[in-house]
Amino acid sequence: MRNVYLDYSATTPVKDEVLQAMIPYFTENFGNPSSLYSSGLNSKKAIDNARKQLAELINASPDEIVFTGSGTEADNWVLQGVADAMRKKGKGNHIITTKIEHHAILHTCEYLQTQGFEVTYLDVEPDGRIDPAKLEKAITDKTILVSIMLVNNEVGTIQDIRELAGIAKRRKILFHTDAVQALGNVPIDVDVLGVDFLSMSAHKIYGPKGMGALYIRKGNRLSNFIHGGAQEMGKRAGTENLPGIVGFGKAAEIAKRDFDKHVKHSQEMRDYLLSRITEEIPDVEINGTMKYRHPGNLNVTFDFIEGESLLILLDMKGISISTGSACSSKSLKPSHVLDAMGVPWEKIHGTVRMTVGDFTTREDVDYVVNELKNIVIKLREISPINHEKGW
Amino acid sequence: MALYNEKVMDNFLNPKNVGEMENPDGTGVYGSPVCGDMMQIQIKVEDDIIKDAKFKTFGCGSAIASSSMATSMIIGKSIDEALELTNKQIVDELGGLPPVKIHCSVLADHAIKSAIYDYAQKNGKTYKGLEGFDPDADDDDHHDVE
Repeated sequence: MRNVYLDYSATTPVKDEVLQAMIPYFTENFGNPSSLYSSGLNSKKAIDNARKQLAELINASPDEIVFTGSGTEADNWVLQGVADAMRKKGKGNHIITTKIEHHAILHTCEYLQTQGFEVTYLDVEPDGRIDPAKLEKAITDKTILVSIMLVNNEVGTIQDIRELAGIAKRRKILFHTDAVQALGNVPIDVDVLGVDFLSMSAHKIYGPKGMGALYIRKGNRLSNFIHGGAQEMGKRAGTENLPGIVGFGKAAEIAKRDFDKHVKHSQEMRDYLLSRITEEIPDVEINGTMKYRHPGNLNVTFDFIEGESLLILLDMKGISISTGSACSSKSLKPSHVLDAMGVPWEKIHGTVRMTVGDFTTREDVDYVVNELKNIVIKLREISPINHEKGW
Repeated sequence: MALYNEKVMDNFLNPKNVGEMENPDGTGVYGSPVCGDMMQIQIKVEDDIIKDAKFKTFGCGSAIASSSMATSMIIGKSIDEALELTNKQIVDELGGLPPVKIHCSVLADHAIKSAIYDYAQKNGKTYKGLEGFDPDADDDDHHDVE
């Protein structure tokens, strides 16, 4: 049976080039980067090199990059670290974010609300974009931080961070963007965007899992989150994940080198998938704007059927996708992103996300669409609701 | 590695009794697409015996599997026996469901009772197992699972 992976936004395979770069740092080059003898210094050098590679991908300076254990850790750190630093300075206690952030942001904000902070969750427009006027209006004299994701993980919507960060900057408020989905998929220049902090993750760009990073613009202070040794310029303690960092650096180098090729290929595959689905399957809707979108993201509602059953039947055919359906989540709550965009719940239940990447081929797309057509017909035959009866 | 056991998968991949009847003796619908699960069950009754049952379900794999299993379990049973069918029996017969999914089969139990209720109403019959049963009880109840 053919295996087709269409969930590149969930995670990506480690590229061979990345793996080959990592391997020596598990075995012969294992020295602790904090040690002062040669093998330790060599490890330190490898980390410095990776820091430079990642910095170059986002046009930052290497000393503005701190490696973390995940994108989630970077998100937790920046929110809690800024909140704590501002509280110590006697500044305000208000944070602004959006309703469509990743849970790493939303649940950290909910935690901060239990610690005396106030959080405003901005609504989004039906196309998934944030209206800058709403941010402007939400700012108070107590606002200390704005956190808005660059690219949404479910619908792939790209926000106008440059404009949003500009609004915060004019009011002298710090701005963070979660760029985990954006990295390697949309151009990122921290100076063009004008952000103070930016979260990243390695496993979304063909690097290893368990590796993230936070960009901290020079001069910005935030309290430490992981306490201990003096690793990462005293900002993030814990013996470095040496092979992970080397892998992240290599993945970043490749992402920069092959950026145009990657984006062009993703977009071609996504658009081919999109056109075949919309032309060959009735009663489907595309969620989110196509104009400002992650090049590999497709988010589609199949009316009258439920996403988890679709996911499982596709899995039986070797096809991996994800769904916004409540049944697929442990909480049994449907996608908060689609909900915020105003997609009715009965449609959210029938929504799937398909994300393509570097190893997706035209033949993969053909195989997926052919199987998808049969499965959608089968599930619609089982469903008590249909085109004729309506919802 | 699959989300469900083999028996559940078999009932999901090859569901039995899918369809709609021309002239059902009773029809029950429970759940709603808004909640993510909706089930319709129809029955044919002769001499208080359920001769046939058909279902149509909008829902996840376990909802479809439990619909298939539940309809199979009531065919050939008397109305009184069918009214005694519990969710637990359906889940047990399926060899178990992931705990978070148990609520899905609640639909089958309620939808069967609704179909029998419809049959009883149309034929002026009363059954002990329907005492206190409200086919329009709050559909959202089955989703109070965290």
